[in-house]
Amino acid sequence: MKFGVVVFPGSNCDSDAFHACRDVLGQPTTYLWHKDHDLQGVDCVILPGGFSYGDYLRSGAIARFSPLMREVRAFAAKGGLVLGICNGFQVLLELNLLPGAMLRNKKLKFLCRQVTIRVENDRTPFTRSARPGQVLRIPVAHFDGNWYAPPETLKEVEDSGQVVFRYCDPAGALTEEADVNGSLHAVAGLVNKGGNVCGLMPHPERAAEPVLGSVDGLVVLKSLLENRS
Amino acid sequence: MKTRLHDDTVLARHNLTADEYGLIVKLVGREPNLTELGLFSAMWSEHCSYKSSKVFLKTLPTRAPNVVQGPGENAGIIDIGEGRVVVFKIESHNHPSFIEPFQGAATGVGGILRDIFTMGARPVALMDSLRFGPLDNPKNRSIMEGVVSGISSYGNSIGVPTVGGEVYFDEGYSLNPLVNVFCLGLAEKDKIFYARTEDAGNVLLYVGAKTGRDGIHGASMASQEFGADTEAKRPNVQVGDPFKEKLLVEACLEVMERRIIVGIQDMGAAGLTCAATEMPAKSGKGAAIDLDRVPQREEGMTPYEILLSESQERMLIAARPDQVPAVKAAFAKWDLDAVEIGAVTDDGRLTCRFHGEVVVDVPVSAVVDLCPAYKRPWERPAAPEPRAAEPVPPPSDYADVLRRLLSSPTIAGKEWIYGQYDHMVLTNTVLLPGAGAAVLRIRGSKKGLAMTLDGNGRYAALDPWTGGKAAVAEACRNLACVGARPIGVTNCLNFGNPEKPGVMGQFKETVEGLSEACRAFGLAVTGGNVSFYNETGATAVDPTPVLGIVGLIEDIDRLVTPGFKAESDAVILLGENKEEFGGSEYLKLIHGKRGAAPPAVDLEREIAVHETLLEAIGAGLVRSAADPSEGGLAVCAAECAFHSPEGTGCDLSFETDLRPDAVLFGESQARILLTSRPENARRILEIAEKRGVPARIAGTTGGRALRFRVSGRLLVDLPVAEARRLWTNALPDFFTPEKRPS
Amino acid sequence: MKARILVSYKDSVLDPQGQAVRNALHTLGYEAVRDVRQGKVFEIELGGVSRAEAERLLPEIAGKVLANVVIEKSSWEILED
Repeated sequence: MKFGVVVFPGSNCDSDAFHACRDVLGQPTTYLWHKDHDLQGVDCVILPGGFSYGDYLRSGAIARFSPLMREVRAFAAKGGLVLGICNGFQVLLELNLLPGAMLRNKKLKFLCRQVTIRVENDRTPFTRSARPGQVLRIPVAHFDGNWYAPPETLKEVEDSGQVVFRYCDPAGALTEEADVNGSLHAVAGLVNKGGNVCGLMPHPERAAEPVLGSVDGLVVLKSLLENRS
Repeated sequence: MKTRLHDDTVLARHNLTADEYGLIVKLVGREPNLTELGLFSAMWSEHCSYKSSKVFLKTLPTRAPNVVQGPGENAGIIDIGEGRVVVFKIESHNHPSFIEPFQGAATGVGGILRDIFTMGARPVALMDSLRFGPLDNPKNRSIMEGVVSGISSYGNSIGVPTVGGEVYFDEGYSLNPLVNVFCLGLAEKDKIFYARTEDAGNVLLYVGAKTGRDGIHGASMASQEFGADTEAKRPNVQVGDPFKEKLLVEACLEVMERRIIVGIQDMGAAGLTCAATEMPAKSGKGAAIDLDRVPQREEGMTPYEILLSESQERMLIAARPDQVPAVKAAFAKWDLDAVEIGAVTDDGRLTCRFHGEVVVDVPVSAVVDLCPAYKRPWERPAAPEPRAAEPVPPPSDYADVLRRLLSSPTIAGKEWIYGQYDHMVLTNTVLLPGAGAAVLRIRGSKKGLAMTLDGNGRYAALDPWTGGKAAVAEACRNLACVGARPIGVTNCLNFGNPEKPGVMGQFKETVEGLSEACRAFGLAVTGGNVSFYNETGATAVDPTPVLGIVGLIEDIDRLVTPGFKAESDAVILLGENKEEFGGSEYLKLIHGKRGAAPPAVDLEREIAVHETLLEAIGAGLVRSAADPSEGGLAVCAAECAFHSPEGTGCDLSFETDLRPDAVLFGESQARILLTSRPENARRILEIAEKRGVPARIAGTTGGRALRFRVSGRLLVDLPVAEARRLWTNALPDFFTPEKRPS
Repeated sequence: MKARILVSYKDSVLDPQGQAVRNALHTLGYEAVRDVRQGKVFEIELGGVSRAEAERLLPEIAGKVLANVVIEKSSWEILED
């Protein structure tokens, strides 16, 4: 499976995602520059974490207007796989490829720590190799990860099974404390109705090697490999 | 008698003495105009010229086989083998952080990052060493919040992890916070760049953000005490743009990777002036600059303002004429200005034109090399008053003492701080913040990099020479605890007004202590920073040497971490307990005293202890290691329990004639608390004995409580969970109004 | 031509920053402050457009770029001709 990692001005987790795909997963991987119009035939587009455009205006608000994003939107419309990590998730929300929006973390501070998330939907291309309800240890690092949606949107998201991950405690229970940033319904990751576009705030590329303390991020990345036809 | 061009008021505002002015006139061959006076003011300031410290810094060892670049460039460089080098340095941003904590700290991060990538290294780690006044004062809380937010905001945005650091609280820092920022980068040995212009005819290119009026005379401000007009100094603090700097990092590293530039320097303290004089000076050349071509974001800027502005995120590049188009294209890709503003000349002078006229014409060497070095009068610190050495009564409740120590901000858990820093970006962080040293893996190598910042101002206040030695010893000890051997040193020396003989004496002796310790460990100091004038009114800070020491771990899989790993492991104490209370947190917090002298530092014993530990680690015998520092053995053991995944406690026993509070809370040096499987303990003791290091089995891990017995009496029996709660909540509670201790 | 666009969270959206500001004001003794909502002010300088074009442009900029309409509302005004 060929991976493409998008680079915006200010992206800073792009080399981490690249390393995870090319060196850890051993898959052909390329960088996609934000001003380009060519997706270079990749099978999966990754929008990495970082501070695209400094998070100025709103996280992801300016990046979503990049020329390359027009191609990504078309690629997603045709069923192409798109994974948005952290800032990448924020870009997908700004593009309305995923529902809702991000607010500032409930504690009003940037938060970097290991968290546990629960797999809510194991039938997506991003979670196929997970067990239902599996608890994954993956770190977060963000200021604006507090997911919000107006009531009708929230109901639709839940009814359609679009919630892929929720913040939970290490035993898998949903508690207020485990919802570290205050997201509605402890939403940590979503998928679109078509099931091909996924966004999550935790960083799977930071939990992909034993030396880093957890390999649970590989569950997401390896699921993608199972989608090769 | 001819009247001077500039009267005393003007000289005072420029922080130049009449003698210095006389020397400037001699060197330039005439009186300087106001713009030229401004140049000298900035470049001859304490911060830029080191005029009060140079003489004493000469005693520091700066050469070693692994040193690629010592002091004198933007950062130091150490060879780590496999074709790689590490580039690192520490810088202070103390005065701006008092005036505007958020931006002062943020631009401190920006500045040190530039010092690293200007050498060709990608920055991969940041650490910060902070000192604040006590947190019951709202002003100190506000400064701390601003500083932590500033570091967080800049470091996170630019995507370099802040992996470690230290924080201390003491009254002396109330009006003089200390913010020292360390940065380390990785580079290939044959891809290093220096601040040089090389040949005449080369082009000088200005890259990065536009120049505005911020921070003019920031360097001079750093060289003065604060007075009553501090509020008015606000416009002197620069505002940072980490997004811009991220673009600058990528563009600069790209042109360096492609080797299409000849030299590069960042515009930091003293802005364009510094780069435009230091670069040609290093190559024995001069520079001709057209100030009208400098990109400006404000209208009507004067040459004075353009040359002295400290607007952030700007670099000066020297390139051959044939390289210029490629350089411009690279910067354009990242949407950055890259403008030719001048050329390298053969005349050894800095010549600047503005609106067609020559406004600056001075010899480069006068500005850069010929600032006088002062041998300021110094005196030995006064002996402590007799009451300082009076013994204190032992406590009645040792568990309560431990509770109070764990809850004190200097000792308490710092997650409230480092949770605000992205410490995992770049996916190299192997040992997260909270241990004594940070550890990074190196992609493509079995080796690991360890690094730590250490320094105790109270020890140095009591005895500067010992304080200097102790800072080095502590840092090396922290590195040994993760299995790393120290390979290089950078230092940030934070002191009061050097024109006071007492302060100069503190400086001289601290540096002598540092030198002796570095020599004993075979370490070179590759560069660093001196921050003087950390005084407000009558209050000077404690002499605070902050050491940044980098270590190498040969095999990252052999990493040792501080947490207890399992039940029933043997706990071994390397080194000796002594009856030393001076300078300890225990003496200060419980008895309200500083004492008369800090704990003694025996460098030979220190080295033997570290070698013992490293040999035991190399033999695979060690399960965990930590060194007792602030709060002593009891706090050290508690922290090992907090770092263990299950919250495993321990039961330790000491048979001794020493006072129990000295054993549990004293801060004697050269001690390490390690654990091993019981069957390996004997071999560790044998290694210690071979090296002449006292060592004994102090107890075992296990249970869920911290139990300490001295001479048969169980003095502490504290549940780990309770201790951990106190330690974890102490800092955040200060920032939650309902929970704040009164 | 100078214009101003204001952006703030919709009433239904929780504004923790506004709340933090309100609490801080209370701590300082300003009990009269009942509620605070935090927003952004964009001061825009337009050139080479008629007033009519500006009246079309400004709400478009506001809705498409400056505000995230899922959670934010905006208003605009022309300050002087």
